[in-house]
Amino acid sequence: MIRAIMLSTPLSDQDVEKLRMGDRVLFDGVVYTARDAAHRRLVDLIKEGKELPFDLSGQVIYYVGPSPARPGHVIGSAGPTSSYRMDPSSPYLIAKGLKGMVGKGPRSQGVVDAMMKYKCVYFATVGGAGALLAKAIKKSEVIAYEDLGPEAIRRLEVEDFPAIVAQDVYGGNLYVEGVKRYAR
Amino acid sequence: MGVREIQAEEITRTIRRLCIEANTILGDDVVDALKKGLEKEKSTVGKDIFRQLLENAKIAKEEGIPLCQDTGMVVVFIEMGQDIHIVGGDLNQSINEGVRQGYRDGYLRASSLDPLVRKNFGDNTPAIIHVEIVPGDQLKLTVIPKGFGGENMSRVALLTPASGMEGIKEFVLRTVEEAGANPCPPGIVGVGIGGTLEKAAILAKKSLLRPIGQRHPDPGLARLEEEFLEEINRLGVGPQGLGGTITALDLHIETYPTHIASLPVAVNLQCNCHRHKEAEL
Repeated sequence: MIRAIMLSTPLSDQDVEKLRMGDRVLFDGVVYTARDAAHRRLVDLIKEGKELPFDLSGQVIYYVGPSPARPGHVIGSAGPTSSYRMDPSSPYLIAKGLKGMVGKGPRSQGVVDAMMKYKCVYFATVGGAGALLAKAIKKSEVIAYEDLGPEAIRRLEVEDFPAIVAQDVYGGNLYVEGVKRYAR
Repeated sequence: MGVREIQAEEITRTIRRLCIEANTILGDDVVDALKKGLEKEKSTVGKDIFRQLLENAKIAKEEGIPLCQDTGMVVVFIEMGQDIHIVGGDLNQSINEGVRQGYRDGYLRASSLDPLVRKNFGDNTPAIIHVEIVPGDQLKLTVIPKGFGGENMSRVALLTPASGMEGIKEFVLRTVEEAGANPCPPGIVGVGIGGTLEKAAILAKKSLLRPIGQRHPDPGLARLEEEFLEEINRLGVGPQGLGGTITALDLHIETYPTHIASLPVAVNLQCNCHRHKEAEL
Protein backbone atom coordinates (compact mmCIF):
# COMPACT_ATOMS: atom_id res chain seq x y z
CA MET A 1 0.00 0.00 0.00
CA ILE A 2 1.25 3.49 -0.86
CA ARG A 3 1.36 6.01 2.01
CA ALA A 4 -1.40 8.59 1.67
CA ILE A 5 -1.11 12.38 1.97
CA MET A 6 -3.91 13.98 4.00
CA LEU A 7 -5.54 16.95 2.23
CA SER A 8 -7.97 19.29 3.98
CA THR A 9 -10.17 21.41 1.74
CA PRO A 10 -10.19 24.23 0.76
CA LEU A 11 -6.74 23.91 -0.82
CA SER A 12 -4.00 26.54 -1.04
CA ASP A 13 -1.33 26.99 -3.71
CA GLN A 14 1.15 25.43 -1.25
CA ASP A 15 -1.11 22.38 -0.84
CA VAL A 16 -1.26 21.69 -4.56
CA GLU A 17 2.39 22.52 -5.27
CA LYS A 18 3.59 19.69 -3.04
CA LEU A 19 1.59 17.06 -4.93
CA ARG A 20 3.14 14.92 -7.66
CA MET A 21 1.57 12.44 -10.06
CA GLY A 22 1.15 9.03 -8.47
CA ASP A 23 0.69 10.41 -4.93
CA ARG A 24 -2.15 8.81 -3.03
CA VAL A 25 -4.27 11.32 -1.09
CA LEU A 26 -7.15 11.26 1.38
CA PHE A 27 -9.49 14.27 1.35
CA ASP A 28 -11.14 15.76 4.41
CA GLY A 29 -13.64 18.62 4.26
CA VAL A 30 -16.00 20.02 1.67
CA VAL A 31 -16.05 18.93 -1.96
CA TYR A 32 -18.60 20.12 -4.54
CA THR A 33 -20.13 17.94 -7.24
CA ALA A 34 -20.73 19.05 -10.82
CA ARG A 35 -20.84 17.30 -14.16
CA ASP A 36 -21.80 18.10 -17.76
CA ALA A 37 -24.97 20.18 -17.44
CA ALA A 38 -23.88 22.01 -14.26
CA HIS A 39 -20.55 22.92 -15.89
CA ARG A 40 -22.33 24.45 -18.85
CA ARG A 41 -24.43 26.60 -16.50
CA LEU A 42 -21.43 27.67 -14.41
CA VAL A 43 -19.49 28.69 -17.52
CA ASP A 44 -22.47 30.67 -18.82
CA LEU A 45 -22.60 32.58 -15.50
CA ILE A 46 -18.85 33.27 -15.64
CA LYS A 47 -19.11 34.53 -19.24
CA GLU A 48 -22.00 36.81 -18.26
CA GLY A 49 -20.03 38.08 -15.25
CA LYS A 50 -22.71 36.83 -12.84
CA GLU A 51 -22.32 35.38 -9.36
CA LEU A 52 -21.82 31.60 -9.02
CA PRO A 53 -23.85 29.38 -6.65
CA PHE A 54 -20.64 28.87 -4.60
CA ASP A 55 -17.26 30.59 -4.38
CA LEU A 56 -14.75 28.54 -6.38
CA SER A 57 -11.65 29.87 -4.69
CA GLY A 58 -9.60 27.02 -3.18
CA GLN A 59 -12.38 24.52 -3.84
CA VAL A 60 -12.42 20.99 -5.21
CA ILE A 61 -15.01 19.75 -7.72
CA TYR A 62 -15.86 16.07 -7.99
CA TYR A 63 -17.34 14.84 -11.29
CA VAL A 64 -20.10 12.58 -10.02
CA GLY A 65 -23.79 11.97 -10.57
CA PRO A 66 -24.64 9.80 -7.56
CA SER A 67 -27.39 7.22 -7.51
CA PRO A 68 -30.33 8.02 -5.16
CA ALA A 69 -29.70 7.51 -1.44
CA ARG A 70 -31.45 4.63 0.27
CA PRO A 71 -33.42 5.66 3.37
CA GLY A 72 -30.93 6.12 6.21
CA HIS A 73 -28.01 6.61 3.81
CA VAL A 74 -26.25 9.93 3.09
CA ILE A 75 -25.88 9.25 -0.62
CA GLY A 76 -26.11 6.38 -3.10
CA SER A 77 -23.24 5.00 -5.15
CA ALA A 78 -20.85 7.88 -5.86
CA GLY A 79 -17.93 7.07 -8.15
CA PRO A 80 -16.36 9.34 -10.78
CA THR A 81 -17.58 9.99 -14.31
CA SER A 82 -15.25 10.52 -17.32
CA SER A 83 -13.59 13.93 -17.00
CA TYR A 84 -12.90 14.67 -20.68
CA ARG A 85 -16.47 15.87 -21.13
CA MET A 86 -15.73 18.73 -18.72
CA ASP A 87 -12.53 19.77 -20.58
CA PRO A 88 -14.06 22.71 -22.49
CA SER A 89 -15.47 24.16 -19.23
CA SER A 90 -12.71 23.52 -16.70
CA PRO A 91 -10.28 26.33 -17.70
CA TYR A 92 -12.99 28.92 -16.89
CA LEU A 93 -13.45 27.46 -13.40
CA ILE A 94 -9.69 27.11 -12.82
CA ALA A 95 -9.22 30.79 -13.67
CA LYS A 96 -11.79 31.55 -10.95
CA GLY A 97 -9.67 29.84 -8.28
CA LEU A 98 -10.63 26.14 -8.47
CA LYS A 99 -7.74 24.15 -6.93
CA GLY A 100 -8.74 20.55 -7.45
CA MET A 101 -10.76 18.41 -9.87
CA VAL A 102 -11.66 14.80 -9.16
CA GLY A 103 -12.77 12.39 -11.86
CA LYS A 104 -11.40 9.69 -14.13
CA GLY A 105 -9.48 9.72 -17.39
CA PRO A 106 -6.95 12.19 -18.84
CA ARG A 107 -7.51 15.92 -19.42
CA SER A 108 -6.97 18.02 -22.55
CA GLN A 109 -3.99 20.28 -23.21
CA GLY A 110 -6.23 23.31 -22.63
CA VAL A 111 -7.00 22.08 -19.10
CA VAL A 112 -3.34 21.21 -18.45
CA ASP A 113 -2.27 24.74 -19.48
CA ALA A 114 -4.80 26.26 -17.07
CA MET A 115 -3.76 23.84 -14.29
CA MET A 116 -0.11 24.87 -14.64
CA LYS A 117 -0.87 28.59 -14.93
CA TYR A 118 -3.32 28.88 -12.02
CA LYS A 119 -2.12 25.92 -9.86
CA CYS A 120 -4.86 23.33 -9.93
CA VAL A 121 -4.43 19.56 -9.51
CA TYR A 122 -6.36 16.77 -11.16
CA PHE A 123 -7.13 13.69 -9.08
CA ALA A 124 -8.40 10.28 -10.18
CA THR A 125 -10.77 8.15 -8.15
CA VAL A 126 -11.61 4.58 -9.07
CA GLY A 127 -14.38 4.27 -11.62
CA GLY A 128 -16.49 1.28 -10.62
CA ALA A 129 -15.93 1.81 -6.88
CA GLY A 130 -18.98 3.98 -6.22
CA ALA A 131 -20.22 1.98 -3.22
CA LEU A 132 -16.79 2.18 -1.57
CA LEU A 133 -16.36 5.91 -2.28
CA ALA A 134 -19.83 6.65 -0.90
CA LYS A 135 -18.61 5.40 2.50
CA ALA A 136 -16.24 8.40 2.71
CA ILE A 137 -19.09 10.87 2.14
CA LYS A 138 -20.56 11.94 5.48
CA LYS A 139 -22.98 14.65 4.37
CA SER A 140 -24.63 15.59 1.08
CA GLU A 141 -26.79 18.58 0.28
CA VAL A 142 -28.04 19.90 -3.07
CA ILE A 143 -27.07 23.58 -3.27
CA ALA A 144 -27.96 24.41 -6.88
CA TYR A 145 -29.70 23.17 -10.02
CA GLU A 146 -32.00 20.66 -8.32
CA ASP A 147 -33.84 20.40 -11.66
CA LEU A 148 -30.82 18.52 -13.06
CA GLY A 149 -31.49 15.47 -10.84
CA PRO A 150 -28.28 13.42 -10.60
CA GLU A 151 -26.47 16.32 -12.27
CA ALA A 152 -27.37 18.89 -9.58
CA ILE A 153 -24.56 20.63 -7.66
CA ARG A 154 -24.08 19.04 -4.25
CA ARG A 155 -22.00 20.13 -1.30
CA LEU A 156 -20.38 17.01 0.11
CA GLU A 157 -18.56 16.62 3.39
CA VAL A 158 -15.97 13.88 3.10
CA GLU A 159 -13.62 12.03 5.42
CA ASP A 160 -10.64 10.03 4.18
CA PHE A 161 -11.94 10.17 0.63
CA PRO A 162 -9.31 8.28 -1.44
CA ALA A 163 -7.87 9.63 -4.69
CA ILE A 164 -4.66 9.50 -6.74
CA VAL A 165 -2.84 12.52 -8.19
CA ALA A 166 -3.22 11.84 -11.90
CA GLN A 167 -2.01 15.17 -13.32
CA ASP A 168 -0.01 17.68 -11.26
CA VAL A 169 0.76 21.40 -11.59
CA TYR A 170 4.14 20.65 -13.21
CA GLY A 171 2.65 18.88 -16.21
CA GLY A 172 3.25 15.43 -14.71
CA ASN A 173 0.68 13.03 -16.14
CA LEU A 174 0.30 9.50 -14.78
CA TYR A 175 -1.94 8.58 -17.73
CA VAL A 176 1.12 9.06 -19.94
CA GLU A 177 4.01 8.14 -17.63
CA GLY A 178 2.27 5.18 -15.96
CA VAL A 179 1.33 3.64 -19.28
CA LYS A 180 4.84 4.21 -20.67
CA ARG A 181 6.31 2.37 -17.68
CA TYR A 182 4.27 -0.79 -18.34
CA ALA A 183 3.97 -0.87 -22.14
CA ARG A 184 5.88 -3.88 -23.51
CA MET B 1 -46.05 -29.29 -29.09
CA GLY B 2 -48.59 -26.99 -27.47
CA VAL B 3 -48.30 -23.31 -26.81
CA ARG B 4 -47.03 -22.26 -23.39
CA GLU B 5 -48.51 -19.14 -21.85
CA ILE B 6 -46.41 -16.70 -19.87
CA GLN B 7 -47.97 -13.81 -17.99
CA ALA B 8 -46.61 -10.38 -18.87
CA GLU B 9 -46.65 -9.62 -15.16
CA GLU B 10 -44.14 -12.41 -14.53
CA ILE B 11 -41.80 -10.81 -17.05
CA THR B 12 -42.15 -7.45 -15.25
CA ARG B 13 -41.38 -9.05 -11.86
CA THR B 14 -38.34 -10.85 -13.28
CA ILE B 15 -36.90 -7.80 -15.03
CA ARG B 16 -37.37 -5.75 -11.84
CA ARG B 17 -35.41 -8.31 -9.83
CA LEU B 18 -32.67 -8.70 -12.45
CA CYS B 19 -32.15 -4.92 -12.64
CA ILE B 20 -31.61 -4.70 -8.88
CA GLU B 21 -29.42 -7.82 -8.65
CA ALA B 22 -27.27 -6.93 -11.63
CA ASN B 23 -26.54 -3.48 -10.22
CA THR B 24 -25.60 -4.63 -6.73
CA ILE B 25 -24.16 -8.16 -7.04
CA LEU B 26 -21.04 -8.64 -9.14
CA GLY B 27 -20.85 -12.07 -10.81
CA ASP B 28 -18.53 -14.70 -9.27
CA ASP B 29 -16.50 -14.86 -12.49
CA VAL B 30 -15.81 -11.12 -12.31
CA VAL B 31 -14.87 -11.25 -8.61
CA ASP B 32 -12.52 -14.19 -9.32
CA ALA B 33 -10.96 -12.32 -12.25
CA LEU B 34 -10.40 -9.26 -10.03
CA LYS B 35 -8.74 -11.45 -7.36
CA LYS B 36 -6.43 -12.98 -9.98
CA GLY B 37 -5.76 -9.50 -11.32
CA LEU B 38 -4.70 -8.30 -7.88
CA GLU B 39 -2.15 -11.11 -7.72
CA LYS B 40 -0.82 -10.60 -11.24
CA GLU B 41 -0.79 -6.79 -11.51
CA LYS B 42 2.74 -5.35 -11.27
CA SER B 43 1.88 -1.68 -10.65
CA THR B 44 1.45 -0.60 -7.00
CA VAL B 45 -1.22 1.94 -7.96
CA GLY B 46 -2.87 -0.80 -10.03
CA LYS B 47 -2.88 -3.24 -7.13
CA ASP B 48 -4.46 -0.59 -4.92
CA ILE B 49 -7.21 -0.16 -7.54
CA PHE B 50 -7.89 -3.92 -7.64
CA ARG B 51 -8.19 -3.88 -3.83
CA GLN B 52 -10.69 -1.02 -3.98
CA LEU B 53 -12.76 -2.80 -6.63
CA LEU B 54 -12.93 -6.01 -4.55
CA GLU B 55 -13.88 -4.06 -1.43
CA ASN B 56 -16.47 -2.17 -3.46
CA ALA B 57 -18.11 -5.42 -4.63
CA LYS B 58 -18.33 -6.56 -1.01
CA ILE B 59 -19.93 -3.32 0.22
CA ALA B 60 -22.38 -3.20 -2.70
CA LYS B 61 -23.57 -6.76 -2.08
CA GLU B 62 -23.83 -6.42 1.70
CA GLU B 63 -25.58 -3.06 1.71
CA GLY B 64 -27.57 -3.25 -1.53
CA ILE B 65 -25.83 -0.15 -2.90
CA PRO B 66 -25.16 -0.02 -6.66
CA LEU B 67 -21.63 -1.12 -7.58
CA CYS B 68 -21.37 1.99 -9.72
CA GLN B 69 -23.42 5.19 -9.73
CA ASP B 70 -23.81 4.83 -13.50
CA THR B 71 -26.45 2.15 -13.32
CA GLY B 72 -26.50 2.27 -17.08
CA MET B 73 -29.00 2.05 -19.83
CA VAL B 74 -30.75 -1.29 -19.57
CA VAL B 75 -30.00 -3.68 -22.41
CA VAL B 76 -32.23 -6.77 -22.43
CA PHE B 77 -31.45 -9.83 -24.53
CA ILE B 78 -34.45 -12.12 -24.91
CA GLU B 79 -34.34 -15.65 -26.23
CA MET B 80 -37.95 -16.50 -26.80
CA GLY B 81 -39.11 -19.98 -27.66
CA GLN B 82 -41.43 -19.94 -30.66
CA ASP B 83 -44.01 -21.91 -28.70
CA ILE B 84 -44.50 -19.16 -26.14
CA HIS B 85 -47.52 -16.94 -25.98
CA ILE B 86 -47.29 -13.80 -23.83
CA VAL B 87 -50.64 -13.07 -22.19
CA GLY B 88 -51.99 -10.27 -20.04
CA GLY B 89 -49.93 -7.52 -21.59
CA ASP B 90 -47.46 -6.30 -24.13
CA LEU B 91 -43.91 -7.76 -24.07
CA ASN B 92 -42.08 -4.43 -24.49
CA GLN B 93 -44.30 -2.65 -21.99
CA SER B 94 -43.89 -5.42 -19.43
CA ILE B 95 -40.10 -5.16 -19.73
CA ASN B 96 -40.10 -1.38 -19.42
CA GLU B 97 -42.41 -1.61 -16.42
CA GLY B 98 -39.89 -4.01 -14.82
CA VAL B 99 -37.09 -1.51 -15.47
CA ARG B 100 -39.20 1.32 -14.02
CA GLN B 101 -39.95 -0.65 -10.85
CA GLY B 102 -36.42 -2.01 -10.47
CA TYR B 103 -34.79 1.41 -10.79
CA ARG B 104 -37.32 2.99 -8.40
CA ASP B 105 -37.30 0.26 -5.76
CA GLY B 106 -33.56 -0.43 -5.98
CA TYR B 107 -32.55 3.25 -5.66
CA LEU B 108 -30.79 3.01 -8.99
CA ARG B 109 -29.89 6.10 -11.01
CA ALA B 110 -32.13 7.05 -13.91
CA SER B 111 -30.03 8.18 -16.87
CA SER B 112 -32.26 7.86 -19.95
CA LEU B 113 -33.41 10.93 -21.84
CA ASP B 114 -34.42 12.23 -25.26
CA PRO B 115 -31.17 12.56 -27.27
CA LEU B 116 -31.89 16.11 -28.41
CA VAL B 117 -34.13 17.66 -25.73
CA ARG B 118 -31.90 16.05 -23.04
CA LYS B 119 -34.40 16.16 -20.18
CA ASN B 120 -34.07 13.09 -17.93
CA PHE B 121 -37.17 10.83 -18.12
CA GLY B 122 -36.59 9.91 -14.47
CA ASP B 123 -37.35 6.18 -14.69
CA ASN B 124 -34.53 4.86 -16.88
CA THR B 125 -36.91 3.55 -19.54
CA PRO B 126 -37.02 2.55 -22.29
CA ALA B 127 -34.76 -0.49 -22.29
CA ILE B 128 -32.84 -1.49 -25.42
CA ILE B 129 -34.51 -4.80 -26.24
CA HIS B 130 -33.08 -7.48 -28.54
CA VAL B 131 -35.42 -10.40 -29.19
CA GLU B 132 -34.29 -13.63 -30.76
CA ILE B 133 -36.89 -16.26 -31.59
CA VAL B 134 -35.57 -19.77 -30.93
CA PRO B 135 -37.10 -23.28 -30.94
CA GLY B 136 -38.85 -24.49 -27.79
CA ASP B 137 -41.04 -23.01 -25.08
CA GLN B 138 -38.51 -21.34 -22.80
CA LEU B 139 -38.08 -17.63 -22.24
CA LYS B 140 -34.57 -16.48 -21.32
CA LEU B 141 -34.13 -12.93 -20.09
CA THR B 142 -30.70 -11.33 -19.75
CA VAL B 143 -30.33 -7.86 -18.28
CA ILE B 144 -27.17 -5.80 -18.81
CA PRO B 145 -27.22 -2.37 -17.22
CA LYS B 146 -24.64 -0.86 -19.58
CA GLY B 147 -22.58 2.02 -18.23
CA PHE B 148 -21.64 4.66 -20.75
CA GLY B 149 -18.00 5.14 -19.79
CA GLY B 150 -17.34 2.02 -21.84
CA GLU B 151 -20.17 2.53 -24.32
CA ASN B 152 -18.85 5.96 -25.35
CA MET B 153 -15.44 4.45 -26.13
CA SER B 154 -16.83 1.55 -28.21
CA ARG B 155 -16.30 1.61 -31.98
CA VAL B 156 -17.49 0.01 -35.22
CA ALA B 157 -15.41 -0.13 -38.40
CA LEU B 158 -16.44 -1.37 -41.82
CA LEU B 159 -13.01 -2.56 -42.90
CA THR B 160 -12.12 -3.67 -46.41
CA PRO B 161 -11.78 -7.43 -46.93
CA ALA B 162 -8.09 -6.82 -47.78
CA SER B 163 -7.50 -5.49 -44.25
CA GLY B 164 -7.80 -9.08 -43.06
CA MET B 165 -6.72 -10.34 -39.67
CA GLU B 166 -4.05 -7.66 -39.28
CA GLY B 167 -6.64 -4.95 -39.90
CA ILE B 168 -8.97 -6.44 -37.28
CA LYS B 169 -6.21 -6.70 -34.70
CA GLU B 170 -4.98 -3.18 -35.37
CA PHE B 171 -8.54 -1.81 -34.96
CA VAL B 172 -9.19 -3.70 -31.71
CA LEU B 173 -5.88 -2.64 -30.15
CA ARG B 174 -6.26 0.97 -31.28
CA THR B 175 -9.78 1.14 -29.84
CA VAL B 176 -8.61 -0.12 -26.43
CA GLU B 177 -5.52 2.13 -26.43
CA GLU B 178 -7.39 5.27 -27.45
CA ALA B 179 -10.13 4.54 -24.90
CA GLY B 180 -7.43 4.48 -22.21
CA ALA B 181 -8.86 5.25 -18.80
CA ASN B 182 -12.37 6.17 -19.89
CA PRO B 183 -14.06 2.74 -20.04
CA CYS B 184 -12.85 2.02 -16.46
CA PRO B 185 -10.35 -0.74 -17.17
CA PRO B 186 -9.71 -3.52 -16.42
CA GLY B 187 -12.89 -4.73 -18.07
CA ILE B 188 -14.06 -7.02 -20.84
CA VAL B 189 -13.47 -6.40 -24.53
CA GLY B 190 -16.28 -7.66 -26.74
CA VAL B 191 -15.45 -8.10 -30.43
CA GLY B 192 -18.05 -8.74 -33.13
CA ILE B 193 -16.76 -9.65 -36.56
CA GLY B 194 -18.93 -9.91 -39.68
CA GLY B 195 -22.59 -9.36 -40.50
CA THR B 196 -23.71 -5.80 -41.15
CA LEU B 197 -23.15 -2.53 -39.30
CA GLU B 198 -25.68 -3.31 -36.56
CA LYS B 199 -25.07 -7.08 -36.50
CA ALA B 200 -21.39 -6.58 -35.68
CA ALA B 201 -22.30 -4.26 -32.81
CA ILE B 202 -24.88 -6.68 -31.39
CA LEU B 203 -22.41 -9.59 -31.66
CA ALA B 204 -19.83 -7.55 -29.75
CA LYS B 205 -22.31 -6.72 -27.01
CA LYS B 206 -23.61 -10.27 -26.76
CA SER B 207 -20.07 -11.68 -26.55
CA LEU B 208 -19.66 -9.83 -23.23
CA LEU B 209 -22.14 -12.26 -21.68
CA ARG B 210 -19.89 -15.28 -22.01
CA PRO B 211 -18.34 -16.12 -18.60
CA ILE B 212 -14.84 -14.73 -18.04
CA GLY B 213 -12.18 -17.31 -18.91
CA GLN B 214 -14.44 -19.35 -21.21
CA ARG B 215 -12.95 -19.51 -24.69
CA HIS B 216 -14.86 -19.60 -27.98
CA PRO B 217 -15.70 -23.21 -28.95
CA ASP B 218 -14.00 -22.71 -32.33
CA PRO B 219 -10.27 -23.43 -31.68
CA GLY B 220 -9.12 -20.81 -34.20
CA LEU B 221 -11.23 -18.09 -32.60
CA ALA B 222 -10.19 -19.27 -29.14
CA ARG B 223 -6.53 -18.79 -30.12
CA LEU B 224 -7.36 -15.38 -31.55
CA GLU B 225 -9.03 -14.36 -28.27
CA GLU B 226 -5.91 -15.33 -26.34
CA GLU B 227 -3.62 -13.53 -28.77
CA PHE B 228 -5.68 -10.30 -28.73
CA LEU B 229 -5.98 -10.37 -24.92
CA GLU B 230 -2.25 -10.80 -24.51
CA GLU B 231 -1.48 -7.92 -26.85
CA ILE B 232 -4.02 -5.67 -25.11
CA ASN B 233 -2.37 -6.38 -21.77
CA ARG B 234 0.97 -5.39 -23.29
CA LEU B 235 -0.32 -1.88 -24.05
CA GLY B 236 0.41 -0.82 -20.46
CA VAL B 237 -2.93 1.03 -20.05
CA GLY B 238 -3.56 -0.84 -16.80
CA PRO B 239 -6.21 -0.41 -14.10
CA GLN B 240 -8.03 2.93 -14.59
CA GLY B 241 -5.57 3.82 -17.36
CA LEU B 242 -2.93 4.82 -14.82
CA GLY B 243 -0.45 2.25 -16.08
CA GLY B 244 -0.17 -1.45 -15.37
CA THR B 245 0.01 -4.96 -16.71
CA ILE B 246 -3.73 -5.74 -16.69
CA THR B 247 -5.87 -3.68 -19.03
CA ALA B 248 -8.55 -6.30 -19.80
CA LEU B 249 -9.82 -9.19 -17.68
CA ASP B 250 -10.90 -11.02 -20.82
CA LEU B 251 -11.69 -10.65 -24.51
CA HIS B 252 -14.48 -12.45 -26.35
CA ILE B 253 -15.01 -12.74 -30.09
CA GLU B 254 -18.20 -13.67 -31.92
CA THR B 255 -18.50 -13.91 -35.69
CA TYR B 256 -21.22 -14.03 -38.34
CA PRO B 257 -21.09 -14.36 -42.15
CA THR B 258 -20.72 -11.08 -44.00
CA HIS B 259 -20.76 -9.65 -47.56
CA ILE B 260 -17.97 -10.17 -50.13
CA ALA B 261 -17.36 -6.42 -50.11
CA SER B 262 -16.88 -5.90 -46.37
CA LEU B 263 -15.28 -6.84 -43.09
CA PRO B 264 -17.34 -5.27 -40.29
CA VAL B 265 -15.71 -5.18 -36.85
CA ALA B 266 -17.28 -3.84 -33.66
CA VAL B 267 -15.53 -3.40 -30.32
CA ASN B 268 -17.82 -3.03 -27.32
CA LEU B 269 -15.91 -2.05 -24.20
CA GLN B 270 -17.22 -3.16 -20.84
CA CYS B 271 -16.01 -1.65 -17.57
CA ASN B 272 -14.59 -3.53 -14.56
CA CYS B 273 -18.08 -3.35 -13.14
CA HIS B 274 -19.27 -6.04 -15.54
CA ARG B 275 -22.94 -6.35 -14.64
CA HIS B 276 -25.37 -8.85 -16.08
CA LYS B 277 -27.98 -11.23 -14.68
CA GLU B 278 -30.04 -13.91 -16.39
CA ALA B 279 -33.28 -15.73 -15.67
CA GLU B 280 -35.22 -18.43 -17.45
CA LEU B 281 -39.01 -18.57 -17.31
